[in-house]
Amino acid sequence: MEDYIIRVENLTKKFGSFTANDNLSFFVRKGEVFGFLGANGAGKTTAIRILCGLLKPTSGNIEVAGYDVSRQSNKVKKNIGYMSQKFSLYEDMTIKENFRFYGGIYGMSGKAIREKTEHYLHKLGLEKEKNTVISSLPLGWKQKLAFSVAIMHDPRIIFLDEPTGGVDPITRRQFWEMIYEAAASGITVFVTTHYMDEAEYCQRVSIMVDGRIEALNTPEKLKEQFRVDSMEDVFIKLARGQQ
Amino acid sequence: MLVTGIQYPVSSISLMSTPSVIIKNLSKSYGKVEAISDISLTVDKGEIFGCIGPDGAGKTTLFRILVTLLVPDNGSASVEGYDVVSDFKKIRKIVGYMPGRFSLYQDLSVEENLKFFASSFKTTIEENYYLIEDIYKQIEPFKKRLAGKLSGGMKQKLALSCALIHKPEILFLDEPTTGVDAVSRKEFWDMLKRLKEWGITIMVSTPYMDEAALCDRVALMQDGEIMSINTPAGIINAHKKPLASVRTNNMFKLVEDLLSMNDCHSAYRFGASVHFTPKSDQLKTEVLLQNLRKLGHNDIEVAPISPEIEDCFMELMTIA
Repeated sequence: MEDYIIRVENLTKKFGSFTANDNLSFFVRKGEVFGFLGANGAGKTTAIRILCGLLKPTSGNIEVAGYDVSRQSNKVKKNIGYMSQKFSLYEDMTIKENFRFYGGIYGMSGKAIREKTEHYLHKLGLEKEKNTVISSLPLGWKQKLAFSVAIMHDPRIIFLDEPTGGVDPITRRQFWEMIYEAAASGITVFVTTHYMDEAEYCQRVSIMVDGRIEALNTPEKLKEQFRVDSMEDVFIKLARGQQ
Repeated sequence: MLVTGIQYPVSSISLMSTPSVIIKNLSKSYGKVEAISDISLTVDKGEIFGCIGPDGAGKTTLFRILVTLLVPDNGSASVEGYDVVSDFKKIRKIVGYMPGRFSLYQDLSVEENLKFFASSFKTTIEENYYLIEDIYKQIEPFKKRLAGKLSGGMKQKLALSCALIHKPEILFLDEPTTGVDAVSRKEFWDMLKRLKEWGITIMVSTPYMDEAALCDRVALMQDGEIMSINTPAGIINAHKKPLASVRTNNMFKLVEDLLSMNDCHSAYRFGASVHFTPKSDQLKTEVLLQNLRKLGHNDIEVAPISPEIEDCFMELMTIA
């Protein structure tokens, strides 16, 4: 039981009479690449915001990195990283300034920020671009940089909300190499995507339909369970079945 | 010469007429950034033409020029015979445009938005209702709801209805399925297929490579340039390199191990398997199996496969 880093028991979130999350229960293991799928409007974003300590659940016991998301949301925030296609880096600041800014927010020392900045710029081969303004970079670089910034404070979990939307197919795969590397170093990866081939890259996948988790297993087992050949077909069977 | 007794489908007859869109050597820069660079293509009447490429490929710039919202720096473009610069007023009357970002009036209701678009084009909802019926009836139960309060899928259906209500000759749909889940994407393409039957030409852009297969012809775009224009089958046939789908008990190590081999041109994850292309002209399955076993892989499956559009796209990116 000790190796679960996210514990969700009976999570319910209501907005007025609308139930966005309906009694969700699931556990995510330390170092796992966990895919969190669902149709538009199924309640994924609400659940992620609760797990990140940004929104209070109506009821349920939810622990992230060992902290209760309702009562210890600041501790939760210190131990996680977050990145999405929509929210990543500040476009009018340079690469270096973005690292310094986020490092400062995470409460890192000047020395640690410098070391991490150098480490990631070296890894991405972008040392010469450190004073380049983000807005002039290709999208693929931006996304890789945003991912590096989101894990520069060595969080225990990284939440990735559609990190590869609109990215070219080669960069998309390089991005997943970075995800695996982070997972191998012990960071738990919690990721959403609309690319069903990427669902296959996750160790376990949950699929939300109308506020509930309707399936949760390895991609292999899910395909077996629904007697189909691809995760896309699993998804379509589940999401269509509910309409 | 027409041979009597042969029934030509509507679409193949129209292929013989003047194209809907003619683009010649079109370029547009924003400051130093060249958004599209020397693009030429034609779109035939009645076809679904797809511009396939990631963000930054130049798709939106191209669409904005064609619907006369942007003026090109160089080259020329015409829509249904009208020049995008000198005849822009005529073009605006005959095109339907669905921009990438939802741009209807959020504080008007579903019905009010549709009425507004209809009246702007001096028509009524009733007059062209047959065109949108299929799509609009799915959101009609919510016609009093404010557009800003609709779900993503419903907004998309309303935007398409508004783009269609004046019975355009050609539709420009800029990334209508981006950020949309797999089920809604499928439904959207079903709607497009039915619109095609009314004879409307459709030009659509998408970053999802799998949607290329649903178009009559596609342009694969990257960094402001067109890498290839063809039918989906034509693009796949032009891919001459051998390709194999490889699976083993250790998928996490497989790409790295394949890339380390001498006879490896490329190795990319594709869902549950890895697509492997050798440097040599032929796939040597036995050698590949041996090498993988040496590297500690078990339960190895190697199967020659024909490429998908995404394989072709990545190969074209690599040669570029």
